[in-house]
Amino acid sequence: MKKYLYFPGCSLKGSGKAYEESFLAVCKALGMDIRELEDWNCCGATAYMSVEETKSYALAGRNLAIAEREDLDVIAPCSACYLVLNKTQKALKENTEIRRKVVNALKAGGLDYKGTVKVRHPLDVLINDVGLEKISKLIKNPVKGLKLAPYYGCQIVRPYATFDDQHDPVTMDKLMKAAGAECVTWPLKTRCCGGSLTGTVPEVGLRLAYIILKEAKKRGAGAIVTLCPLCQFNLDGYQGKIASKYESVDMPVLYFTQVLGLAMGLPGSELGIKRGIISAEAVLAGGGLR
Amino acid sequence: MLEQKVKYEGDCDKEFAKWVTSQTGGENLRHCIQCGICSATCPLSLYMDYTPRRLINMAREGFKKEVLGSFTIWLCASCYACRVECPKEIQVTDIMYLLKRRAIEEGVYPRRFPIPVLAREFGRMIFMFGRVNETLLVIDLFLRTNWFKFLGMTGLGMNLMRTGRMSLIPETIKNRAELRKVLDALDADEKSKREAVS
Repeated sequence: MKKYLYFPGCSLKGSGKAYEESFLAVCKALGMDIRELEDWNCCGATAYMSVEETKSYALAGRNLAIAEREDLDVIAPCSACYLVLNKTQKALKENTEIRRKVVNALKAGGLDYKGTVKVRHPLDVLINDVGLEKISKLIKNPVKGLKLAPYYGCQIVRPYATFDDQHDPVTMDKLMKAAGAECVTWPLKTRCCGGSLTGTVPEVGLRLAYIILKEAKKRGAGAIVTLCPLCQFNLDGYQGKIASKYESVDMPVLYFTQVLGLAMGLPGSELGIKRGIISAEAVLAGGGLR
Repeated sequence: MLEQKVKYEGDCDKEFAKWVTSQTGGENLRHCIQCGICSATCPLSLYMDYTPRRLINMAREGFKKEVLGSFTIWLCASCYACRVECPKEIQVTDIMYLLKRRAIEEGVYPRRFPIPVLAREFGRMIFMFGRVNETLLVIDLFLRTNWFKFLGMTGLGMNLMRTGRMSLIPETIKNRAELRKVLDALDADEKSKREAVS
């Protein structure tokens, strides 16, 4: 089987620990050969990209240069990392001035980058490399009765959708259905969760998160399932504030890798289920899971 | 006091208009047909002082002061909804980035507004450690902008602590020297270019 490098990014080592735990557990159960990128640095995310463009390309460039030595695809589960690494690849390819600056800066640090690394998302790898057929065979404990609202957020399919549709992505829906869950149809799959505005301008950010939560509830979802550590943090962590400002929604927010892991029969303790601030235990028990 | 509300063409800053339309991504601002789909798809436009459509028109006409001092450029959450819908393929998100950078250069962004502060502190933390610790970043941000609001975050902090999602110890990379050399080289490149111009 193909080998991969894993780029966790800062969130998966912090507030998004459950994503790392469940992602790696699922990879292991699927027999994937994956290891963490050596001495990776922060991708810079949107906050840095928007004000220090060239430096942000260089930050991503250092990670790509380290990955290129191994000649393997890099899996970046976090949406911001995925976008920034891919955006850097594109800029280095298309803009000669940026390439000159970044390549020279990397050289000053003793690094060399030719531009051959492929940056991929777990959804892309699971659907296109591993395949639904293989995954379906490993579903021992289908999550029957679990009704999910698949939430993709912004930066996975926009602006460079390569493996899924920009307006109506379906790869996560397919995986969740393979796991035995039911997916609600809703129009907010790719609407912004508020990003860092929940912290910087809460009067605006909280409302964006509230809109997503409320719509998922209205459509009958028992939980939201997502693929981004910031979306998970905003939708899960700020529900207390949202309850006092608007109304209580009480909606657990899981990572798709957690649901997949449960369906594959992995114990909840290995998947970080208890790390949710809004407990998912009741809704999972309803789906015949503990 | 009465103030002039409408600008004559002569009041606009033509140099700024020229600058914005000569930048990478800014060239096609002239192609904007003002259809407004960017404002319609933007989840934040209803909070902005100028909608994205209006901001684009103002930028290309040279309304420098209004554009660089606006909240619009800072409220953009980089969700790229406008970018994929624009029939003229204008990279609206990157235009916002361009304007943010210019606003910082000119020192005209709204003071103590947390978004530019977050961007600056984010960069500082990367330079120091190579990685970002979310908890420390948030604490730093609140202390620099509105420490009173920080008190309202204790509930969330307790929840993160309880679920093991918070750490007060920054993670650092091993080869910080290498990273700093890379970033310093870009500063030097920028400086030599600026000197060549002046």
